[in-house]
Amino acid sequence: MSPQHRINMNLADRWASTLGGVALLFSAMRRRSGSKWAALIAAELIRRGVTGHSYAYDLFGTAGTVGQGGKNVSVPYQVGEHARAAITIAKPRSVIYQFWRDFQNLPRVMEHLVSVEPRSGTRSHWVAEGPAGKRVAWDAEIHNDIPEELIAWRSLPDSEVQTAGSVHFKDAPGGRGTEVIVHMKYNPPAGLIGATVAKLAGRNPEGDLENGLFRLKQYLETGEIATAGPQPHGDGVAAGKPVIAEVLT
Amino acid sequence: MKALCWYGRGDVRVENVPDPGIINPHDAIVRITLTAICGSDLHLYNGYIPGMQKGDILGHEFMGEVIEVGPEVKRLKRGDRVVVPFTICCGECFYCKADLWALCDNTNPNAIILRKMYGASGAGLFGYSHLYGGYAGGQAQYARVPHADVGPIVIEDGLPDEQVLFLSDIFPTGYMAAENCEIKRGDVIAVWGCGPVGQFAIRSAFMFGAERVIGIDRIPERLEMARQAGADILDYADSSLMEKIRELTGGRGPDACIDAVGMEAHGATFDNVYDHAKQALFLETDRPGVLRRAIMACRKGGIVSIPGVYGGFIDKMPMGAAFGKSLTFKMGQTNTPRYLRPLLERIQKREIDPAFVISHRLPLEQAPYGYEVFAKKQDHCTKVVLKP
Ligand SMILES: NC(=O)c1ccc[n+]([C@@H]2O[C@H](COP(=O)([O-])OP(=O)(O)OC[C@H]3O[C@@H](n4cnc5c(N)ncnc54)[C@H](O)[C@@H]3O)[C@@H](O)[C@H]2O)c1
Ligand SMILES: [Zn+2]
Ligand SMILES: [Zn+2]
Repeated sequence: MSPQHRINMNLADRWASTLGGVALLFSAMRRRSGSKWAALIAAELIRRGVTGHSYAYDLFGTAGTVGQGGKNVSVPYQVGEHARAAITIAKPRSVIYQFWRDFQNLPRVMEHLVSVEPRSGTRSHWVAEGPAGKRVAWDAEIHNDIPEELIAWRSLPDSEVQTAGSVHFKDAPGGRGTEVIVHMKYNPPAGLIGATVAKLAGRNPEGDLENGLFRLKQYLETGEIATAGPQPHGDGVAAGKPVIAEVLT
Repeated sequence: MKALCWYGRGDVRVENVPDPGIINPHDAIVRITLTAICGSDLHLYNGYIPGMQKGDILGHEFMGEVIEVGPEVKRLKRGDRVVVPFTICCGECFYCKADLWALCDNTNPNAIILRKMYGASGAGLFGYSHLYGGYAGGQAQYARVPHADVGPIVIEDGLPDEQVLFLSDIFPTGYMAAENCEIKRGDVIAVWGCGPVGQFAIRSAFMFGAERVIGIDRIPERLEMARQAGADILDYADSSLMEKIRELTGGRGPDACIDAVGMEAHGATFDNVYDHAKQALFLETDRPGVLRRAIMACRKGGIVSIPGVYGGFIDKMPMGAAFGKSLTFKMGQTNTPRYLRPLLERIQKREIDPAFVISHRLPLEQAPYGYEVFAKKQDHCTKVVLKP
């Protein structure tokens, strides 16, 4: 089969894409602002939903149907949602490792995390913003920890959310700092439907993760996280995120 | 405070809005003494840039007095008179350190959107849609300036506002466009668009030692301004434009071509009508008529320098011509902080008085009128400055 027609998206992705595209198209028809772009994006979302083929997945080597997983992932990759992201931060490995190893720091940069509290030993309690604003919580343990190289964690058996993640730290070439590579895996509480709804509500693990890495980089490199709000605005209310951002991420 | 707010295509209003405040530790608040309308604002005004919300405050060319600083601001202090570059830069990332300020990694809070659209996001910009961060702009009485120690330049001597304001954008933009042409002795440079950016590009090309500069537009007062700078001038509506460019370059073609028009090129040529139709049907986002001509005109091995803004997709790009002639493309938002000090020195030495480009001086309240005449090129409008 030619690569153009290969299905490389899972069912949840395809539904999310189609419904997201339709929703965007309607909102674009109602608003004038940015409607051309919204229409273009909507058309693409619908196309990939209907054909099951994402050019972006091809481009980035991401797989929605059969996850390539990889040696870094600590739960089976045949089930659930897989998110991966990478970023280069102009700081030494030690600084980033220490920030990450203290899981309490993560909610400062990962907006979907509400809190992470240390428990005894290598265990911690995580609370996150789930689909449709619903909160989910689980207990996790670190099962691999190589200072300045790798941290891997997973939820304890019987958790409401089954999740596992790993972060690798590598020296970037040419003294550019550290390459931070994250793989996450999670089985959403309501399975497939939950993930679809989560995407339509503007939540998706990969977007959340990547955004979190942007914010981590901003915080470690500059000492602050970029924000535009709350700020003055024509109708007196703080500017929120634009519509297309919610559907895209 | 009063601010110019965007409400849709051709709809901008001056409104009373809350004052900005310090949010992050490296922020400063500036009381604006002079601000301007840029050709880039017209892309917002004409509805070609996505990611705008009703009520967004526009403006990215502004200067004023620092009235408040955040706890981590070390260099700027209250009372400083500053010009604020339109690119917001952190000063710490790989790109800022490589002098590629417009590509700053750390100042766009909505970087994820441009990451999906373009593969990566550049710097956050003032008043330039939520794609570029959704920062409130400077066509207002006050503005919050993030990373205040990095971008803004302090103006110590008594140079009037009008002479230094354009360090914020159009002077560095025209200058970088010319710098990108890598001008050598004997070079002929063609500049499409004699708006403010084109005007500064023409003057900068001469500063870099160009032998001859060709200014292309059709608005008489803009062509006249180009002629005064020493340029040969051509009308873009002239059906023998390309032949005339060849003639002015002895059949070689310009050594470098500058596209200072961007995504909203005008003209009654066949390809422009095609682009208009496709743009209206959402099949193409930008109208690249000038870019196509610049590619066709440019000499073999030449450079196409593109300060004019493009946002999305273009059609019928003469890639074969570009390849066949081994052209080099240079483009992008201006790395503004890089040019502040050297260009201020040129102003201090009276090598140039950037105020030449101003045609309209209006109170902020009349900004909607300013937008209208600048957009429609009416009333001999070449550049509007606004006094809050
Ligand atoms: N790269 C940057 O950082 C940066 C900064 C500032 C402005 N810009 C961009 O530079 C461009 C010019 O800005 P400006 O302030 O001079 O705007 P402007 O609208 O005043 O000037 C554009 C000029 O182009 C002329 N023009 C239109 N169609 C033409 C054609 N087919 N051939 C030749 N000329 C044509 C118009 O008559 C007008 O005089 C805009 O796209 C703006 O967004 C980029
Ligand atoms: Zn501008
Ligand atoms: Zn930076």
